[in-house]
Amino acid sequence: MTKRESNDLIGSVMVVGGGITGLQSALDLAESGYYVYLVEKSPAVGGVMAQLDKTFPTNDCAM
Amino acid sequence: MEKCIACGICAEKCPAKAVDEFNQGLATRKAAYLPYAQAVPFKYVLDPGRCIYFKKGGRCKACEKFCPAGAINFDEKEEIVKIEVGSIILTGGFRPFDPSRFDNYQYSTLPNVVSSIEFERILSAGGPYAGDVVRLSDQRKARRIAWLQCVGSRDVNRCDNEYCSSVCCMYAIKEAMVAKEHIGDDFVGAIFYMDIRTYGKGFERYLERAKSEGVRFIRSRVHTITQADETGTLKIEYYLEESGKVVEEEFDMVVLSVGMEPAKPAVDLAKNLGIRLNQYNFVDTEDFLPVATSRPGIYVAGLLQGCKDIPQCVMEASAAACASATSLAPSRGQLIKEHVFPKENDVTDEGPRIGVFVCNCGVNIGGFADVPAIAEYAKTLPNVVYVEENLFTCSQDTQEKMVEVIREHALNRLVVAACSPKTHEALFQETIRKAGLNQHLFEMANIRNQCTWVHSDSKETATEKAKDLVRMAIAKASLLEPIPDVVVEIERSALVIGGGVAGMNAALSLADQGFPTTIVEKSSVLGGNARDIKETWGGKDVNKYLSDLVNRVESHPRMEVLLNAEVTGSSGFIGNFETEVLHKGEARIIKHGVGIIATGARASSTDEYLYGKNPRVTRWHELEQDPDKIRNAKAVAFILCVGSRDERRPYCSRLCCTTSITQAIHLKEQKPDMEIFILYRDIRTYGEKEALYRKAREKGIIFIRYTPEKKPIVNEVGDGLEIRVFDPVLQRDLLIKSDFLNLATAIEPSGHEELASYFKLPLDDDRFFVEAHAKLRPVDFANDGLFVCGLAHHPKPIDESITQAMAAASRASVVLSKPSIKISPIVAQIDSDRCIGCGLCAQVCSFGGILMEEIEGKGYRAKNIQASCKGCGLCAASCPQRAVDMLHFRDRQILAAVSAGI
Ligand SMILES: Cc1cc2nc3c(=O)[nH]c(=O)nc-3n(C[C@H](O)[C@H](O)[C@H](O)COP(=O)(O)OP(=O)(O)OC[C@H]3O[C@@H](n4cnc5c(N)ncnc54)[C@H](O)[C@@H]3O)c2cc1C
Ligand code: SF4
Ligand code: SF4
Repeated sequence: MTKRESNDLIGSVMVVGGGITGLQSALDLAESGYYVYLVEKSPAVGGVMAQLDKTFPTNDCAM
Repeated sequence: MEKCIACGICAEKCPAKAVDEFNQGLATRKAAYLPYAQAVPFKYVLDPGRCIYFKKGGRCKACEKFCPAGAINFDEKEEIVKIEVGSIILTGGFRPFDPSRFDNYQYSTLPNVVSSIEFERILSAGGPYAGDVVRLSDQRKARRIAWLQCVGSRDVNRCDNEYCSSVCCMYAIKEAMVAKEHIGDDFVGAIFYMDIRTYGKGFERYLERAKSEGVRFIRSRVHTITQADETGTLKIEYYLEESGKVVEEEFDMVVLSVGMEPAKPAVDLAKNLGIRLNQYNFVDTEDFLPVATSRPGIYVAGLLQGCKDIPQCVMEASAAACASATSLAPSRGQLIKEHVFPKENDVTDEGPRIGVFVCNCGVNIGGFADVPAIAEYAKTLPNVVYVEENLFTCSQDTQEKMVEVIREHALNRLVVAACSPKTHEALFQETIRKAGLNQHLFEMANIRNQCTWVHSDSKETATEKAKDLVRMAIAKASLLEPIPDVVVEIERSALVIGGGVAGMNAALSLADQGFPTTIVEKSSVLGGNARDIKETWGGKDVNKYLSDLVNRVESHPRMEVLLNAEVTGSSGFIGNFETEVLHKGEARIIKHGVGIIATGARASSTDEYLYGKNPRVTRWHELEQDPDKIRNAKAVAFILCVGSRDERRPYCSRLCCTTSITQAIHLKEQKPDMEIFILYRDIRTYGEKEALYRKAREKGIIFIRYTPEKKPIVNEVGDGLEIRVFDPVLQRDLLIKSDFLNLATAIEPSGHEELASYFKLPLDDDRFFVEAHAKLRPVDFANDGLFVCGLAHHPKPIDESITQAMAAASRASVVLSKPSIKISPIVAQIDSDRCIGCGLCAQVCSFGGILMEEIEGKGYRAKNIQASCKGCGLCAASCPQRAVDMLHFRDRQILAAVSAGI
């Protein structure tokens, strides 16, 4: 870790949950300059969406 | 975990079986398992609750014995790690409602009564029945399927979940349509519902399509399901409105459309963090700060905040990222490091020296094709100077070896014959960059997914095909060229078009993060439609909020507001737009790196129901703005869906049900003896808005349904109005006397066409802007650097407009946060000497990637804008002069591969 700003803000964010929502938050933050800790309790990300067969309204595959 | 190469041997050898929770317990897995076929990370794990070693202590360890990668570590212990962070985002944490609580549906006892999540797995090709829709009682094909809506939702009597789960109407329709695809024309589908809630963008059309494909929609709450015979066939009784009778019908399967509830662990976590929850145990948020929890620095997104669908989750996710980023703006970039690669070797004047790595992928390839023979064969091919065979080419030690080999043998092209570029190309490209090669000097031969997996029955065929594929890859590799990265400088400022609530929120979020922002507003004031609104559905004061918001915007040091201003043209691409604005008669050019479209929409007018002819008939907020009228009124009626959900506008305006009910409750609270009638088609108070619907009924507001075939008829009588409406439940006309009538007319976009043409943005059939992907990229446009939010995207209430505005700002800040961005250099290359300026390429490009440039004395010539080009190749295919070639997929490269193949 590098220097800490005097204003004491820490340039990292913890995202709890690795479903579609958590992943999107994490990606946006990581891509705009923040260090992200993604915490997921199960061994794979994806959450419930991965269980769905197809998703409305476009009926494309959830994967 | 790092060592696991996902060969699957552990799962094969593991003797302990377990229930497969991914398939909702409809299948089994091993104690050593891959959570699901596309799991990320793609790694096998051990289930300590099932593993014999952990359960019995000290024995088994079969997986450890057989694992070729040495990736199993029985000594790994749980560890507590402490992490310092600037903010926290809580997501996820819901569970489907458990229908076994309801004994009348007999979910636990009747095998053919399944939950909707189980049904999703049954439909899935990767599920327990490989996508065959079968009855669980006897595995025979199911043909007749019923869906029961609102199971565990909108119900205070039996389960305390008062809210609407927001998604089950749509997923039931989807499941019915997919089931029909799987079952065929024999399919009989019926959805039993109270209100059908297809309120999202494109949802109403989806409903109409399902109806036209024969799915029946029956408005009836089914009370009991019984078994019709010993094979497990089911019988349900329901009330059929049109005939006024109770009917019986048999089904092979009944799907319970279960709602959603916050899951206990997530709720506990929120409680431990000291965050306020609402009465349903969702994290409590405020309408104007939709992702902020009660604790500063902690944000929430997704289902933990309330029931919603995927696009709404994705928007909230980006909105929460925006809120986090805004609060931490000064520390942006503080903790991240840029990866540095060694300088690239110049290989342009060297002849090709190709290295080939052939992978066994454990037994995945090696077990079904003769890998040593393929490797030997590769050695005989032109330009090949080095060949190696690996158990796993993707393993960490092979990457290190690859770097050494490239250096040692001065290789300048690399071919890997293995799984699939889709999953592994990026890894190998990174490896060759580490060895000083341009990443595009790489080619992959897909000898697993497209070879051994499909030809597992014949080793000979698989081997021969693999040789062909390797020969083709090498032929192409010989002609590969280094392609330099394309770096685009970013003008780090934003332009927001439209100064309503959405536009102002997007602009503030960006300006607060440090990016100069300009708002262009057509009218003479900021605020848009919100200026007419008194209160949000959650009861918050909109006037006060709006004046604070306008103040913040107008006094922001990094904000410029142009009122009475109009966009008259735009050019450029991500990071480098130049937009012409006419401001108070003066033309200006604004340079900006990103653009956000927040131009809103408006209430449509109508000539139905005496609107415009009788002053007693008003629309939207007109009635409540006239307190004199209300003071003396004895009865007031509302008609919903005026001009929405019909042929002309086949979409639901989403917020009119809730707004009208909110207004009605207000009237009733002011004057409890006033009679209030709401004439509706379906009440669409999705999510927690359902509580308002209940409150309205409790207060004595009368809801009367009408059908589009028999719309209400409004007449002037003496000093009031008379409304005749056919009640489909009673099957007869009702006559209502009312002093005033307020109409919820459709919300429609206006004047989007010009902006769409300036920025080359698509509009849908209803003239709303079309996002890049309805679910996964709900605020991005397909054209990079441009975003959408608010009513310009689709009707939505204020809280959702704010969320979407913050989401758009988050996506925009991804672009603005760096001084320059790298974009994919695999783009079209145009030979201007061959080009005749016909413009076909510019016409077929959907990304605005081609500009027709005027050249003196020559007319027009096509020019590729690298930053906008997606490398799809449509232009190259359309060019009659063959003046367009695609980098990395040049005609001669593809031809070389094809000729080597035949
Ligand atoms: C009739 C109606 C009633 C509503 N009632 C409620 C309610 O009761 N509760 C609730 O929560 N929500 C309600 N809403 C929704 C709510 O108004 C919006 O969610 C919210 O105000 C966000 O709007 P917006 O900024 O996207 O668009 P708007 O408020 O429409 O703002 C868009 C702005 O862009 C400007 N503009 C348009 N085109 C251009 C252009 N080419 N160049 C420059 N500027 C342009 C417009 O002048 C306007 O100022 C209602 C909406 C409507 C239409
Ligand atoms: S009305 Fe709401 S709770 Fe009921 S099924 Fe439809 S979306 Fe679900
Ligand atoms: S009134 Fe509006 S929100 Fe309700 S169903 Fe009709 S169009 Fe949809």
